[in-house]
Amino acid sequence: MARTPQTLFEKVWQRHEVCAESPATPAVLYVDLHLVHEVTSPQAFALLRERQLRVRRPDRTLATMDHSTPTTTAQLFGGAPIAIDAAARQVRELEENCARFGVELLGLRHAQRGIVHVIGPELGLTQPGKTIVCGDSHTSTHGALGALAFGIGTTEVAHVLATQCLLQRKPRTLAVSLTGSLARGVTAKDLILAIIGRLGVSGGTGHVIEYRGDTIATLDMDARMTLCNMSIEAGARAGMIAPDETTFAYLAGRPRAPVGEAWERALTLWRGLPTDPGARFDREVAVDAAAVEPMITYGTNPGMAIPIGAHIPRRPGDPVFARALEYMGLCAGEPIKDQPVNVVFIGSCTNARLSDLRTAAALLRGRHIAPGLTMLVVPGSQQVKRAAEAEGLDRVFLEAGAEWRESGCSMCLGMNGDVVGRGQYAISTSNRNFEGRQGAGARTLLASPLTAAASALRGRVTDPRELC
Amino acid sequence: MEPFRTLTSRTVVLPAANIDTDQIIPARFLTTTTRAGLGERLFADWRYDEQGAPRARFVLNQPAAAGCQILVAGPNFGCGSSREHAAWALSDYGFRAVISTEIADIFRNNALKNGLLPILVKEPTARWLIAHPGASLGIDLAACSLTLPDGSTVSFPLEPFARHCLLEGLDELGFLLAHAAEIDAFERRA
Repeated sequence: MARTPQTLFEKVWQRHEVCAESPATPAVLYVDLHLVHEVTSPQAFALLRERQLRVRRPDRTLATMDHSTPTTTAQLFGGAPIAIDAAARQVRELEENCARFGVELLGLRHAQRGIVHVIGPELGLTQPGKTIVCGDSHTSTHGALGALAFGIGTTEVAHVLATQCLLQRKPRTLAVSLTGSLARGVTAKDLILAIIGRLGVSGGTGHVIEYRGDTIATLDMDARMTLCNMSIEAGARAGMIAPDETTFAYLAGRPRAPVGEAWERALTLWRGLPTDPGARFDREVAVDAAAVEPMITYGTNPGMAIPIGAHIPRRPGDPVFARALEYMGLCAGEPIKDQPVNVVFIGSCTNARLSDLRTAAALLRGRHIAPGLTMLVVPGSQQVKRAAEAEGLDRVFLEAGAEWRESGCSMCLGMNGDVVGRGQYAISTSNRNFEGRQGAGARTLLASPLTAAASALRGRVTDPRELC
Repeated sequence: MEPFRTLTSRTVVLPAANIDTDQIIPARFLTTTTRAGLGERLFADWRYDEQGAPRARFVLNQPAAAGCQILVAGPNFGCGSSREHAAWALSDYGFRAVISTEIADIFRNNALKNGLLPILVKEPTARWLIAHPGASLGIDLAACSLTLPDGSTVSFPLEPFARHCLLEGLDELGFLLAHAAEIDAFERRA
């Protein structure tokens, strides 16, 4: 009898079922890789101490620090103390927990430290077919390599530390089928903002998304990670892309990727992962990627996005919409283009990989940002930082008038003191424009690194196609 | 965990859609390394002004909100960040149930692990609840039913295992640990 065609997700799920789900109990799902950071782990380690449990598989656990860590070189390497006491305590606590439980830590001054979702792929730890979890909703990023990766809460972090497993009900599947190549000046960030606009901010709830279609082959790994990263912004816990030659070329030679015979065995396994012809998804949505324009958000959730040349929509009689615009200080029916901005942030697990920095630098080279504007460039990892410096990108940013920082989450969520001031407008390459996300009262406009760089030059929202 | 069987309480209503976990507990309060005390910071930027004084117009600062253990919210409550601090803050403040037409996946999981009951209702019930803040409701978890002030009941869905754990006051970690033999066998196969 022929095997029932399966989706990529179903294949990965099935291979990790320790116990299948029943009506009375969820599946016990095995976790191949558990990434840990300083903000969502202290209470999990405390639970282990309380229950006198050990970490079951330290070899499948990797910790780093990114959320509350400083990005100034003085605080990281210059001997200055971490400015926020509570953040310093969190950093110390992770160091102590990792030492006590035998977990490998890429700590504050480690050359491979970085945003947890940047370093997993960069080290070659993120691999097709793996199950990967982390106490962070943007764990969906790792799905770009064909892994099933999703964010969990701190209690679940404790579950995985203690048992390497999670109790999970099988999610539904959603195919987002993409056709055509992205137009000039359009990036994966614009594409995902368009997709979220289409699905809505809860359209993916209860689902795992698979991004597929002929567009995928045209996207490099960094772009695929940007796409999967924001799946959670449509409510989906995970986004996946079938591994292909681009994936394998990206992984080959990375420090923790398999080598020799193990690599050959892995390749055989990975080539069998893509969704079988005829496999069924619970839902399917088609998006014409070629028609996507540079996108920008105008409201207080990532679904409130429009093409950069469009006018802010009108929704009379919708109090939530009215409140969002009031918070943003923007008017329905007005263009978003030429809106003055105070801050430009290039960073975050969405858009701080080397290609993102290259894209922004290409536009800024030999130019200067608008007077009075603050621009922060925060590489996704220390390795990205060094690679960018080797190409002279740091000089480009510094000569353009931007600040060049050490890696971390930084202004994406403002936990470490890198914040946007009350009432100020920030164009940000990050993933969330929620009220207060980048600082109390801050107004965030989400956009691509290209749009962020173009807008930095003019000090107002600018269509990058006018400059590149 | 304390068992959750029944609850009778008045409601507090936050009608907005897409209330994200950054609103429930802003990131700057996540530098804590314990679970305690987050209730003080619940909805901090809506609840307090720039000087830290309570905003009189915010619903939790009104006398009628005192003692309410049920929060009624607009659709897609708890979207965004996976921070369990959101569930801890709601729970520490005194909420024991959240009612909405849609509740985000990670928040729902986190709530269930902290004895905070996520209740999904259909649109007409949600509309009624939003229009009647302070309504006194009864929740019977064993029956998965919600009793409205007029005595009528509506049922709500809940994953059976999560319901079992709440009713018995069990935590899932014990259940997972009891599967050590199966996990060992899986690791040997893999």
